[in-house]
Amino acid sequence: MTTMDARSMGTSVRRIEGPDKVTGTAPYAGDTVADGTLVLYPVQATVARGEITAIDTSAATALPGVAAVVTHLDAPRLADDGDPEHRVLQGTTVHHRGQYVAAVLADHAEVAAEAARLVVVSYDEAPSTTGFDPDGGSYTPSALGNGQAPDSVVGDPDAALAAAPVVVKASYATPMEHHNPMEPHATTATWVDGRAIVHEASQGADLARQTLATLFDAEVEVSSPHVGGGFGTKGFLHAGTVLAVLAARTVPGRPVRFALGRRQMFETVGYRPATVQHMALGAEADGRLDALVHDVVGATARYKEFVEPAGGSSRSMYAAPHRRTSHRAVPLDLDAPTYMRAPGEAPGSFGLECAMDELAVALDMDPIELRVRNEPSVHPENGLPFSSRGLVECLRTGAERFGWSTWDRAPRRRLVDGWWHGVGVGCGTFPAFRMPGSTAEITFTGGRYVVAIGAADIGQGARTVLTQIAADALGVDVGSIEVEIGSTSLPVGSIAGGSAGTASWGSTVVEAADRFRDKYGEDPDDGDHADAATPDNPWAEEFAMAAYVAQFAEVAVHADTGEIRVPRLLGTFGVGRILNPTLGRSQLQGGMVWGLSMALHEESVVDPRFGEVINHDLAGYHIAANADVREIDAQWIDEDDGYVNPMGAKGIGEIGIVGVAAAIANATYHATGVRVRSLPITCDDLLTDPAFG
Amino acid sequence: MKPFTYARPDEASDAVAALVADPDARFLAGGTNLLDHLKLGVVEPSQLVDVNRVTSTEITELDDGTLRIGAGVANSDLAADSRVRRRYPAVAAAILAGASGQLRNMASTGGNLLQRTRCPYFADATTPCTKRSLDEACSAREGWARYHAILGASESCIATHPSDLAVALVAVDAQVQVLGPDGARTIPIGEFHRLPGDDPTRDTVLEHGDLVTAVDLPAPAPAVTNSTYRKVRDRASYAFALVSVAAGLEVRDGVVADVRIALGGVAHKPWRATTAEAALRGRPATDEEFRAAITAELEAAEPVESPLGGNAYKIPLVTGTVVSTLRGLAGGTS
Ligand SMILES: Cc1cc2nc3c(=O)[nH]c(=O)nc-3n(C[C@H](O)[C@H](O)[C@H](O)COP(=O)(O)OP(=O)(O)OC[C@H]3O[C@@H](n4cnc5c(N)ncnc54)[C@H](O)[C@@H]3O)c2cc1C
Ligand code: SF4
Repeated sequence: MTTMDARSMGTSVRRIEGPDKVTGTAPYAGDTVADGTLVLYPVQATVARGEITAIDTSAATALPGVAAVVTHLDAPRLADDGDPEHRVLQGTTVHHRGQYVAAVLADHAEVAAEAARLVVVSYDEAPSTTGFDPDGGSYTPSALGNGQAPDSVVGDPDAALAAAPVVVKASYATPMEHHNPMEPHATTATWVDGRAIVHEASQGADLARQTLATLFDAEVEVSSPHVGGGFGTKGFLHAGTVLAVLAARTVPGRPVRFALGRRQMFETVGYRPATVQHMALGAEADGRLDALVHDVVGATARYKEFVEPAGGSSRSMYAAPHRRTSHRAVPLDLDAPTYMRAPGEAPGSFGLECAMDELAVALDMDPIELRVRNEPSVHPENGLPFSSRGLVECLRTGAERFGWSTWDRAPRRRLVDGWWHGVGVGCGTFPAFRMPGSTAEITFTGGRYVVAIGAADIGQGARTVLTQIAADALGVDVGSIEVEIGSTSLPVGSIAGGSAGTASWGSTVVEAADRFRDKYGEDPDDGDHADAATPDNPWAEEFAMAAYVAQFAEVAVHADTGEIRVPRLLGTFGVGRILNPTLGRSQLQGGMVWGLSMALHEESVVDPRFGEVINHDLAGYHIAANADVREIDAQWIDEDDGYVNPMGAKGIGEIGIVGVAAAIANATYHATGVRVRSLPITCDDLLTDPAFG
Repeated sequence: MKPFTYARPDEASDAVAALVADPDARFLAGGTNLLDHLKLGVVEPSQLVDVNRVTSTEITELDDGTLRIGAGVANSDLAADSRVRRRYPAVAAAILAGASGQLRNMASTGGNLLQRTRCPYFADATTPCTKRSLDEACSAREGWARYHAILGASESCIATHPSDLAVALVAVDAQVQVLGPDGARTIPIGEFHRLPGDDPTRDTVLEHGDLVTAVDLPAPAPAVTNSTYRKVRDRASYAFALVSVAAGLEVRDGVVADVRIALGGVAHKPWRATTAEAALRGRPATDEEFRAAITAELEAAEPVESPLGGNAYKIPLVTGTVVSTLRGLAGGTS
């Protein structure tokens, strides 16, 4: 299968809304402030589990400027859509600390906040568990967050481990992490004549519309033209959006705005749950794996299950005749975890790729050669051929560019100006798939082609890339294309998620363009239009389809203080065709920066006495700052994969983060001789290890 | 946020009088710390008395060589002053190691010394904290204590003082000029901040209504001219110190003639390492001596054990940081 011809695809067309964004004129959801807008401030549960026994709103209601105080006693009733997170103000049960228990509407933010403080809520508190204990009571979930089965077994891994000449067994821990997009969640909602008009920071306006329409049994319009980052937390609706729309219903005709504060980002919009990953690898002396075992214990919420599919990538990365993955969940009285950039692969690659590094050390073998030796010819679990698989080429190309061979493999060899230097490699994969359910409509008007699809630009550049795809599909210049996205007034679009946005919307646009040309030829009349739904991928069941990466890190560790810095990162990607090198590079580099942040900084600390994340702001929850990011290099191999979609693009939203933390952990070991198996890696881990010296 | 009133007096004495008249009033300078606390409900003043019109924004040199820094001087202006950079390099370096460019533009010299601890339980009005209220227990001791004190703490509070500038000022023996209800007085910086004892609500020896008007830097000794500030943190910028060191060193013929060591991130106040300084004077300027001296200082350390992360790592961290910093000042690799 070959991909469609590219003229604009593959070139760095400038981000279409870039000038609007840098001049501050692009409207975000919280910017849409009409006259008479009421500001919502929530009252949040101060216990982790229990029942509300009384709620006194009299002082709040009496405060001048307060328009309404909404509680479960008087909130409009919602339909049950099966998602417990959406049962906002529908009863007395508290499932987690920070749960919304009332909402205040006032004409100013300060008044709303003060009134919220005056609402007195009494609770009958129940015992709660909010600290993650991997050895505490766990259960086998019915399914993982990505819908896959929790367990998979091929052959007899335990017997193979017992017989293998070289065995590595180790446990790796990844912490709870919170997505903190630059733009916190924001909703502006107005009820007009029984219809809700909603401006929402959303990864999928139509999904938001469907959810709200079900809950409120009403017509709903959602617009979301610009989104300041999503990373998974703006995919499925969280309680805050429901709260805003619910509260607005009590003041028909008046816009209600709810923009979350940074602390609320740690309480109500999901997170990546903590995992402990028990790895076991058994190999022959030549490095070939006999057995690969990845047993995961992860946290979930008691009231709503989401299980991080951390063992997922171990199902396809390497060949091994005997293999097992398993997932067990420990329920906690916290808000529900959710999708966070590369759910599963990001934490899972830490366990697998560190274990591979430890195996390379045990075998005294180059870690790149070890991986090459275990390259599978078909998918190791389901036996499907790969549509394309660039891992080995990524490893070889990256190693060359990185200067891998110039480093002595033995650890703790290079001390430069008081800093130990070392290098490490970590690999990763992310599935390439297509979401069904979008429709694209193309209308020829005023000499231009207007392409309408309810896609979401969350900063990744969807508007720009869809313009390029449409131009090539129609065989015209990008200047003749106008793309309209980000609203439910347009034909339905699937969500920006699963690294499948561009693949899904793009395939739909190409289909609509083909129909348009079939119908009207090269010389259409004004008003001619055609539409198409997302075509099924005929190859979806024939091939295993995924993107791959080899990440290389150089780490420097201060010999006196244990401070860890990352002077160099290189990611070499096999991700099909890069549709726009400028946008693509920033996606991949952005993911790598996050990988660095995950390796060295990010950790949400739950204090079980209070049931809350105690480092709940950006002073306490560290993400990499500019000064942490030195050289970040992203390159890609040529890969022509016509099986994934006509554009040959595998999706690049998430693969950038995968493998980075392992590469940095492995490089830290190489630099210092200290193996740290728990993220984030900080100077404490090194200074308290006798091997650090 | 609780409603409050706002006043902007033109005379320093009026600012002081305004506070004396109202026990719940607070001075407001750059607001970079106080306004956060208002929004978080950590403090609930009845009145904000803006001191920006009554504190000097000038840095002037006195006849005896003292450099006088008005309390209103912005942190960025202080760090950029060529006299400060040349004569008190630790002071300039400390400021630049803190916060961000935008914050340093807003933050004042006086406000910097009076910023409150970054203990997360202090900044969360829903978790008990003795520093916020003597009626409440300390949540940090059995909580997330990674950033907390290893020296001079008490049962009631294990918080650290967050200011970088204050640590450097302690190393250079600065003097704080204060205007109080009973007139002006001078407080040596080493006596300005307190240990928590059984009243951690008070960070400093100031009484309600005392206004910081200036900070004096005495004419620099050679060890001050050869000084620096080393801040260790998980990320390379924009983070409070895990530990920090302001140090100055004068070496003559390979022997330590004078040394200044002040530690940040280890105590409720910037910690002058007097034991280490005494141990080093007259000794060879070698790694072994530096290590022995700081080890002696840290004999008094009492790290916190906590299920959510203790701080015993600060002992090797302070040791490594001090050795590295002194080695650098002695001309070696830091
Ligand atoms: C995100 C962030 C990061 C930061 N990082 C760092 C860092 O790394 N290192 C660091 O050292 N600091 C850091 N800071 C803190 C910053 O340095 C302080 O907020 C600032 O110095 C306070 O000065 P201000 O003028 O804004 O004080 P304000 O906020 O106005 O006041 C602070 C306190 O001082 C009192 N006050 C102010 N002026 C006087 C006076 N003249 N006399 C008596 N009392 C007075 C006020 O009543 C108040 O209690 C950071 C702050 C933020 C927000
Ligand atoms: S350490 Fe001090 S500031 Fe922190 S909770 Fe305890 S008393 Fe409060």
